Amino acid sequence: MNSPVIDTVKNACATPADAMPYSELGLKDDEYARILELLGRRPTASELAMYSIMWSEHCSYKSSKVHLSQFGKIPKGERMLVGMGENAGVIDVGEGLAVTFKVESHNHPSYVEPYQGAATGIGGIVRDILTMGARPVLVMDPLRFGDADHPDTKRVLPGIVAGIGGYGNCLGLPNIGGEVVFDPSYQGNPLVNALCLGVMPVERIQLSAARGVGNIVVLLGAKTGRDGIGGVSVLASATFDEDGPANRPAVQVGDPFMEKLLIEACLEIFDAKLVEGIQDLGGAGLTCALTETSAAGKSGMVAHLDRVPLREATMDPTEVLASESQERMLAIVTPDNLDAVLTIAQKWGVIATAIGEVTEGTRLRVLWHGEAVVDVEPGSLADDGPVYHRPMQRPADLTSLNEAVAPDYPEVSTELLLAMVASPNLCSKRWVVEQYDRIVMGDTVLAWPEDAGVVRLSESGLGIALATDGNGRYTRLDPYAGAQLALVEAYRNVAATGAEPISVTNCLNFGSPEDPEVMWQFAEATRGLADACTVLETPVSGGNVSFYNSTAGTPINPTPVVGVLGLFDDVTRRTPMGFQSEGSTLLLLGDTADELGGSEWAWAMHRHLGGVPPRVDLAREKLLAEVLIAGSRDGMLDSAHDLSDGGLAQALVESALAKGVGARVVLPAGPTAFVQLFSESAGRALVSVPRSEELRFSEMCSARGLPCTRIGVTDGDALDVQDVLTVGLEELRTAYEATLPALFGPLAGATAAHPSVAS
Amino acid sequence: MPLWHADSSLHDVDAVVLPGGFSYGDYLRCGAIARFAQVMPTIVDAAKGGMPVLGICNGFQVLCESHLLPGALTRNQHLHFVHRDQPLEIANAATAWTNAYEAGQVITVPVKNGEGCYVGDERTLDELEAEGRVIAYYVGNPNGSMRDIAGITNERGNVVGIMPHPEHAVEALTGPGTDGLGFFSSVLSSLVAAQ
Repeated sequence: MNSPVIDTVKNACATPADAMPYSELGLKDDEYARILELLGRRPTASELAMYSIMWSEHCSYKSSKVHLSQFGKIPKGERMLVGMGENAGVIDVGEGLAVTFKVESHNHPSYVEPYQGAATGIGGIVRDILTMGARPVLVMDPLRFGDADHPDTKRVLPGIVAGIGGYGNCLGLPNIGGEVVFDPSYQGNPLVNALCLGVMPVERIQLSAARGVGNIVVLLGAKTGRDGIGGVSVLASATFDEDGPANRPAVQVGDPFMEKLLIEACLEIFDAKLVEGIQDLGGAGLTCALTETSAAGKSGMVAHLDRVPLREATMDPTEVLASESQERMLAIVTPDNLDAVLTIAQKWGVIATAIGEVTEGTRLRVLWHGEAVVDVEPGSLADDGPVYHRPMQRPADLTSLNEAVAPDYPEVSTELLLAMVASPNLCSKRWVVEQYDRIVMGDTVLAWPEDAGVVRLSESGLGIALATDGNGRYTRLDPYAGAQLALVEAYRNVAATGAEPISVTNCLNFGSPEDPEVMWQFAEATRGLADACTVLETPVSGGNVSFYNSTAGTPINPTPVVGVLGLFDDVTRRTPMGFQSEGSTLLLLGDTADELGGSEWAWAMHRHLGGVPPRVDLAREKLLAEVLIAGSRDGMLDSAHDLSDGGLAQALVESALAKGVGARVVLPAGPTAFVQLFSESAGRALVSVPRSEELRFSEMCSARGLPCTRIGVTDGDALDVQDVLTVGLEELRTAYEATLPALFGPLAGATAAHPSVAS
Repeated sequence: MPLWHADSSLHDVDAVVLPGGFSYGDYLRCGAIARFAQVMPTIVDAAKGGMPVLGICNGFQVLCESHLLPGALTRNQHLHFVHRDQPLEIANAATAWTNAYEAGQVITVPVKNGEGCYVGDERTLDELEAEGRVIAYYVGNPNGSMRDIAGITNERGNVVGIMPHPEHAVEALTGPGTDGLGFFSSVLSSLVAAQ
């Protein structure tokens, strides 16, 4: 058997004319020319792989950088300890604690291999949070699928849900919320976003920079295999063609038990102050970790790749560098602390291997059995990648979309309400959410189906609320407003629980940046988000861009998913979404206008997408949030529910079904019953207040200038809208609950008991 | 106090709870690897000597794999992980872990498992029921468990395994209520009574 020829630096110098397969690795002609210039010779196979990975859209943000810089200009406020640029932003929450949170996409892997793609999406974001020094304490997952009844949705949805549950449940992380939205624009490209939040003592914050000549580079965790090669450079940075996914080996395979061991080992190592720098190995594997740590520390580094524990002995150095095998971390450790690190790793059953050291100078040298296969400036990989000002153009069809005539508004009937609550986007997501452990660790205060998840961080009652939102239809109709509507909805959801919104993360899911119309959508959406974050004083602490969500040249609806973090001084004052008891007064906060452009009604009943989305009023959102927080603080609210998709009708149904408490509603004079019930005007919430608090609460609203309209009382076991409709809660519940089980199989426990084994 | 899997000492504790979780990732049969943990022979001996031992979820699976309890827990009949608030009917209120309840009492605690389907042969199931060793039945079977069995005990009543999670119903803020507290107050009164 011939041993394969390894393309060393020496070999590259000796064979300068050899053609390198750069375009197969996703590099463009001008990018390759730049590599030749940077190196002054042709790259080795390993160097080429590293450049292709680090300069990929996924790692380099080459198309989005110029737009994302707007987020950096939002005033940071006093709480942000670490901002964008590190693995995740860190926010001071008091009591000596800090939290770090981030949302990321794992869209393409989840389409190719739904279970593993989604599972490793959770694994990857959890390591991002761990890397900052935090103990991960929760996950959330915003999901988008094609039409609910499309055959391919049946292929991907059950696997994605099982993968998220399989990995998160096994790690022991509660899944406290997320979204499930169906729209044909995601047919060939579902969105699987994963959010994780972690907590740490402020003094435990870890950074990634490798410093200190002679310090040891230690690889922790799973052995390196051939899984995931080409994941970021090819799979995540290109669109699918009409034949659909075929790149299964580019998807990694998850091992949540190893991740759990890695978490515990790393936290013990952090607590003992044994590392100088740490970096997770995510989508770009060792390439990214070696490059980022040495570039951030402006240090030299030498890595002996042949020391990396391998799953397959025949792997060559290029494969070792490009592998995206999961559950690995890279730590920089002083020689004095090496033994202590190895001992802790051994205690947790985690493989730890010294693979290199920090050196003088600024070169990153990667050796394979003593021969250099890589010799580069790490900064040229990490920081000197291409930056593109891509051409932008307003979509040609946008004017006609915005001017499209809306379907005629109907009379409101019981049938309309039942059809709306049963529609795939408004119906109960129990089928999905029951597959997630929402309470493990014992600190979950609110989770699905609440507006936001709430988790206690300390015995004092200190806690956080988190919500994610994003509406692709609104963003398609107006990307500037659509991104803002995603933000204000999440902001409102957090405030509805009583928490004060303090920070934002985002996952920007768009089509191909090489399409000028997509690039225009991206530019408008980032501008809208940055402007709104500035006004709401919610700085962006981090995020992720996912481009190339496009199939056969058709992009998805632009989908900025925005996560808002809220803070509680005392989680025991959280406001739930559901009506608590009969006899409370129902108040509608905010103004209702005739705003059904891009609405759930237009889509669910008419497959119509047109007009303009609801108007954004940031000052109003801020005022509404202040009132909801004050109401929680002063114990005036029995319940609060934000109004968004499906309007007041949907909010009434969800609040009534939560605990089975009905309502008698009298719609005020003004717009038609249809508009009042189904318009999606922003800046609104439905609250119930005990009779004894009604006066105090409404006076507070009028003193602050927030419209507050009495619309009824909680009562009985039906939803009764005077002169409009009456429907029993059980009938509503049946309609609300039946849709997903009918599509994806009966709910757990709905089948006959297990037949006994014959003796 | 936490016990370490690789430390065979029980450090003078008076009772042991084997909690839920995914020991060894549940990659093999649930609990099948954890039963070989270094601490397990000590726990098995202590249990045989009368020490109260409660296995919750994965802990129940470990107790079955260790043969401290009969039967086995297999993949949920519907093949999905399921998490919901689950009503249970207490059937035996005489064990070390259930004496704070009354027989026939219905309590609500969360259930959350992927492999919680209790199975046994007919003779074992008949024996368990005849001897009053089923400590709780599901009211509305979430996973296909035979005869709706949610938890069982050994002959002596000191070892209890239960698939749902009483520890998640101990404060109103974070659970469906406080119905699960009884498991823990039961063992405290058993221990006090034994002294």
